[in-house]
Amino acid sequence: MIPTTHFLIVSAALFSIGLAGFVSRRNLFIIFMSVELMLNGVNLSFLAFARHLGDMAGHVFTFLVIALAAAEAAIGLAIVILIFKNAGDQAASDALSVDHYQALKH
Amino acid sequence: MTNSHLVSLIPLFPLVGATLLGLIALLWSHDERGFSKPVVASIACLGPILSCLVATRLFFGLADHPQGYVHTAFTWFSVGALHVPVEFWLDRLSGVMAMVVTFVGSLIHIYSVGYMSHERGFTRFFAYLNLFTFAMLVLVLGKNVPMMFLGWEGVGACSYLLIGYYFSETEKAMAANKAFIVNRVGDFGFLLGLFTLFWYLGSKGVWTVDFATIRAHADLIAPGMAAVIGLLLFVGAMGKSAQIPLHTWLADAMAGPTPVSALIHAATMVTAGVYMIARMAALYNVAPNAGHVIAVIGMATAIMAATIAITQHNIKKVLAYSTVSQLGYMFAAVGAGAYAAGVFHLFTHAFFKALLFLGAGAVIHAMHHEEEMDRYGGLWKKLPFTGTVMLVGCVAIAGIPPLAGFFSKDAVLFSQWEAGWSWLYGVGLFTSFLTAFYMFRMWFLTFLGTPRAPHLYAQAHEGPSVMNLPLAVLAFGTLVVGFLGLPEALGGSALAAWLAPAVGAHGHLPEGLSGTALKAATLSLHTREWLLASIAVVAGGLGILLAYLRHGPHRTPVFGRARGLFAVFQDRWYFDHVYDAVIVKPAIYFLGWGFRHAVEPLIDLVVLGVPALYGKFSATLRLVQTGAVRVYAYVMMVGLLLLLYLVLTSPTWSLLRVL
Repeated sequence: MIPTTHFLIVSAALFSIGLAGFVSRRNLFIIFMSVELMLNGVNLSFLAFARHLGDMAGHVFTFLVIALAAAEAAIGLAIVILIFKNAGDQAASDALSVDHYQALKH
Repeated sequence: MTNSHLVSLIPLFPLVGATLLGLIALLWSHDERGFSKPVVASIACLGPILSCLVATRLFFGLADHPQGYVHTAFTWFSVGALHVPVEFWLDRLSGVMAMVVTFVGSLIHIYSVGYMSHERGFTRFFAYLNLFTFAMLVLVLGKNVPMMFLGWEGVGACSYLLIGYYFSETEKAMAANKAFIVNRVGDFGFLLGLFTLFWYLGSKGVWTVDFATIRAHADLIAPGMAAVIGLLLFVGAMGKSAQIPLHTWLADAMAGPTPVSALIHAATMVTAGVYMIARMAALYNVAPNAGHVIAVIGMATAIMAATIAITQHNIKKVLAYSTVSQLGYMFAAVGAGAYAAGVFHLFTHAFFKALLFLGAGAVIHAMHHEEEMDRYGGLWKKLPFTGTVMLVGCVAIAGIPPLAGFFSKDAVLFSQWEAGWSWLYGVGLFTSFLTAFYMFRMWFLTFLGTPRAPHLYAQAHEGPSVMNLPLAVLAFGTLVVGFLGLPEALGGSALAAWLAPAVGAHGHLPEGLSGTALKAATLSLHTREWLLASIAVVAGGLGILLAYLRHGPHRTPVFGRARGLFAVFQDRWYFDHVYDAVIVKPAIYFLGWGFRHAVEPLIDLVVLGVPALYGKFSATLRLVQTGAVRVYAYVMMVGLLLLLYLVLTSPTWSLLRVL
């Protein structure tokens, strides 16, 4: 049997890469992808433990996370499309950079 | 004693009245017209009157119970060896005082209903007046020194409130300040005396502040120490009873309404010092030298005030200085150990001085609040009743028999002579002459001659009967109370006999005589009494004569700056000027400097500093909100890593050993 540790290491790796991408990239799409990566990493972790402990709860959770990830990606991309549609060309390419969103600045 | 609890009711009635009226005044303060005057007047007068009735009832019981009635209400505080209960004691001495306070007080309350009827702040006035009555009764009925001091301070505070009744006028407010501050100086001395007494008696094993206990153990006190304590306590009396050098406030206190002057600065508050000394008679008996000092100061004050009074143009100021002068007499008497004589003069003085002040109030009221005698003249035709009662008062204070003043003044002067203090006697005699002079000068200038302000004169009329009735009662009192203190030649002082259980007997006859020796001594005593009495009457008569010659109706009075020696008198012997230059102005200067350079920076530090601190803090905190989402994401990651670290290094994790 493959030791559970291996699964967890891969899971951690996926999560870390996702996290690194999340904080360091400017392009909105890349950030979305990093989020997906983090979620998948967590999924793997859930499955690893489900296999290790023989508990079906892990599988259920994974399904939940997949469904949520899909929904969230859909909504996020839909918002980006709307911004594109309502903006001019220059504003469009601005909209793709996360640095553009300064509304929270005091 | 079954009646003991009644003693506490005496101060309680005016206190209840004061509280009630205070609340009413507060709640109706927005309303120009104020609360219903008849109701306020009823509540106000009810307190003192009820107290008077209770006091009278208990007073007559004192004939059989010379030790008096005691009631302990509750314990004020008790610390170690110092136990101070709220205890009231109506004995022979405090009974007399309580009668004076409640009786004269009630009359003045009734009078004030008429006098103050047009004033805004009617309710406030009576609240304060009731409060004053309460404080004075606590002073007089307190069984231990702290209780007396409570009342002592209370009357000082009420005096401030009442003198400053017209506080919107700066001068009057300042007069109130002056009264309170000068009083406070005296209170400091009083406290020092109290502390010394307590400590000293304690060092002898008697830890007490109770009057009866002090009296019982007075023999434990060494004469030197007794003198120190006695004089320290007298400093308090100097402040309260306006003796030199703490007398300057009384004349200024005339800024208050006339009933206030009558009650507080003639009949009651100012007599507290005399009462205190009489109460501590046992202490002062141990230190006759202290008594001598007190008598000297008393007579000095008496003559100084009399010289000032002869130059004054304001009717109330004449009476104020007259009060200071008569108080000096009282202190001279108690200084000589003749406590009963001092209290007797206090008693008669309360009557005729209150009469004079209330009468002056009637004149002032009739003349539309004009107080300067240069606008008076010829008022006898318009105010015959007031003129008559004031004449009674003037004759009494001049010491003409058989009115009250003659007997009491005589008792005072006799005590000086018998103590062997012929100088003080001489000063007292001359002061009698001056007293008669300035009082009749006042009377002649007011009631005889031609009116000097015709339009004021034209509308002058007698006051309402609510003002006249107290005047009549006081006049009657002035006529009769003198007979309570007859000299030995005419049967002896009933008052002195009454007070003997409380203050001791001040016998004029040497001890241990009998038979022919006794007869001879008695004859000598009576002869001296008659002689001194006659001389006093002559002095008084000369004073009246001189007043008539100089200020009678045939003379046209001139009111202006006095010249020569009289200028010194008119400038009040420059006490105010000296105090102003040496104490007041430097104090104001240094306080101003101190305030600007020490207090204000401190206040600025807090008032400006705290907001500045807040500002810096919030500016620093604000830096966190960059608005940049990436920074937020970064911070989130850092937080996550930190949490991870904490979890992984925690003991719980290593225990789990899952993998």
